[in-house]
Amino acid sequence: MGKTVIEKIFEKHTKDDVKVGNIIWLEIDTRTARDFGGPNVVKRLYENYGEDVQVDDPKKTFFTFDTVAPAKTIPYANNQHFCRQFARKRGIKVFDVDSGIGSHIAIEKGLCWPGSTFVGTDSHLNILGCVGAFGQGMGDADIAFAFKTGKTWFEVPPTIKIVFKGKPYNFPVTAKDLTLFTLRHLGSKGALGRAIEFYGEVIDNMNLYERITLSSMVTEMGGIIGFITPNEEILEHFRKVKNNPDIQPVIADDDAEYEKVIEIDISNLKPQIACPPKPDNVKDVEEVEGIPVDSVFIGSCTNGRYEDIELAARIFKNFKVKEGVMVKVVPSTREVFGKLLRDGILDILYDAGVIVSNPGCGGCASGQIGMTGKGEVQISTSNRNFRGKQGDGDTYLASPVVAAVSAVTGKITDPVKFLKEKGVI
Amino acid sequence: MKIRGRVWVLKDKDGKLISDIDTDMIFHNRYLAITDINEMGQYALDNLEGWEDFSRKAKKGDIIIAGENFGSGSSRQQAVDCFKALGIALIVAKSFGAIYKRNAINSALPIIEAKNIEEIDVVDGDEIEVDTETGLITNLKNGKKTYAKPFSSVQRDILEAGGLFEFAKKLEV
Repeated sequence: MGKTVIEKIFEKHTKDDVKVGNIIWLEIDTRTARDFGGPNVVKRLYENYGEDVQVDDPKKTFFTFDTVAPAKTIPYANNQHFCRQFARKRGIKVFDVDSGIGSHIAIEKGLCWPGSTFVGTDSHLNILGCVGAFGQGMGDADIAFAFKTGKTWFEVPPTIKIVFKGKPYNFPVTAKDLTLFTLRHLGSKGALGRAIEFYGEVIDNMNLYERITLSSMVTEMGGIIGFITPNEEILEHFRKVKNNPDIQPVIADDDAEYEKVIEIDISNLKPQIACPPKPDNVKDVEEVEGIPVDSVFIGSCTNGRYEDIELAARIFKNFKVKEGVMVKVVPSTREVFGKLLRDGILDILYDAGVIVSNPGCGGCASGQIGMTGKGEVQISTSNRNFRGKQGDGDTYLASPVVAAVSAVTGKITDPVKFLKEKGVI
Repeated sequence: MKIRGRVWVLKDKDGKLISDIDTDMIFHNRYLAITDINEMGQYALDNLEGWEDFSRKAKKGDIIIAGENFGSGSSRQQAVDCFKALGIALIVAKSFGAIYKRNAINSALPIIEAKNIEEIDVVDGDEIEVDTETGLITNLKNGKKTYAKPFSSVQRDILEAGGLFEFAKKLEV
């Protein structure tokens, strides 16, 4: 019987028998901690191994400060500096508060690569499935252990194969709509404890930023990770950044054993929106059109790439933000920020009345900007809208296009209808 | 191993077991700068509607019962440690979020998955007994029984060792 992607990656990283349900000891190529969780990782290392503790391999170990970037309170500043001091003494590189979201840096800088294993304190590290790597968020005990030993235990999960049918979407429908539609189909427990492999013509045609969006919300489907087979462009990126021409994708065998195969027809995909208070409470945008919007957040590990923000800028180039609506844009990394700056996208955002902050996670961990007050309605391009997650208000999750169009009209708006009426499409 | 204790059944206003209790409901992100486990207990479940006063009601040795996907969301260990701090003896849920499950096992907080927990008609204040080897759960008030998934080998080993680090010392990994 053939192997799934996760089974193949695991086999290269363990001596144990990789069979669904087995507990194996996995070698971890890259171990990271962020400013959230990081201080507890260091504390646990000190508690368990003493203040002189050394990590297994400093070259494979990193800090990525992205949640409260830069620190906005003294306790956070203390926590970050506590990690910095630990890192300096041991020769561990810190991607500090100017760098952006750790998972995106991992892709940009080649801390991960197709077929690699990567753990950190960010629950959305399974994003790395978008480049065919195994990424996994874990708690601080787990990560402290991985820092110290280079290993972790893992229960080999079954894999679900998801095949998209039907013709790929076109602007103003985006990868976020596909992602929310998938979540609508699966629900918050549809992939609980499972790995996913995504296939279909639409997937083959996806760019990196679109793959990131889809893989990032596997967490909200309850999944361990969502793999997408890397295309040539992604392989070339890693070959270049890793200076290694031999990087190859891990591809599932034709006769791999899946727990089940789910087909999702996207022929008539419409703009989607997740209504409060759960990410899987997904509806067509047209079903909830007209709800007044107080604020809009565009960014996060789900939709903070250059292309995501450029999509929103296409709207803001033609239309100003409605007075009284706050629009907050947070690029995912410094590299993304630089490109937005050099290409003049920031000018467009500025002229339209948008607030742009430095790179990072935005409001997802109450860290930067994007918090709502009681009764405030926010459309966010992030991945979670649980009660209290992004403040006391009501958060709707949608694509950068839905978010931008709604910022212009001041109410939840279907971009297809709006852009047709305005003669843009 | 047998665990016996008084239960708190996390139900909503309609009396239904609550599913998808995420880590922000268990330990909200406004407390994330806290790194001392002893300070964490007081905030347990304080963002879960109807359960804001849980930390004041709970006693050492109590058992929590919840619906599906308990602990979904963030990887924060505090969402496990807050219950450790209160001395919660066991969490029974229909299923757990994957990261939460790992965190609980690594911290030696016993958790067990019982798909049919509703069968034993358990209400707040009842006492239950859980055999973690067989998975047998008994409601000591009405004698009703159901089965949970028994502890996995890694769960038993790490629990018996007293957590991941203690376990690792034995393994010499």
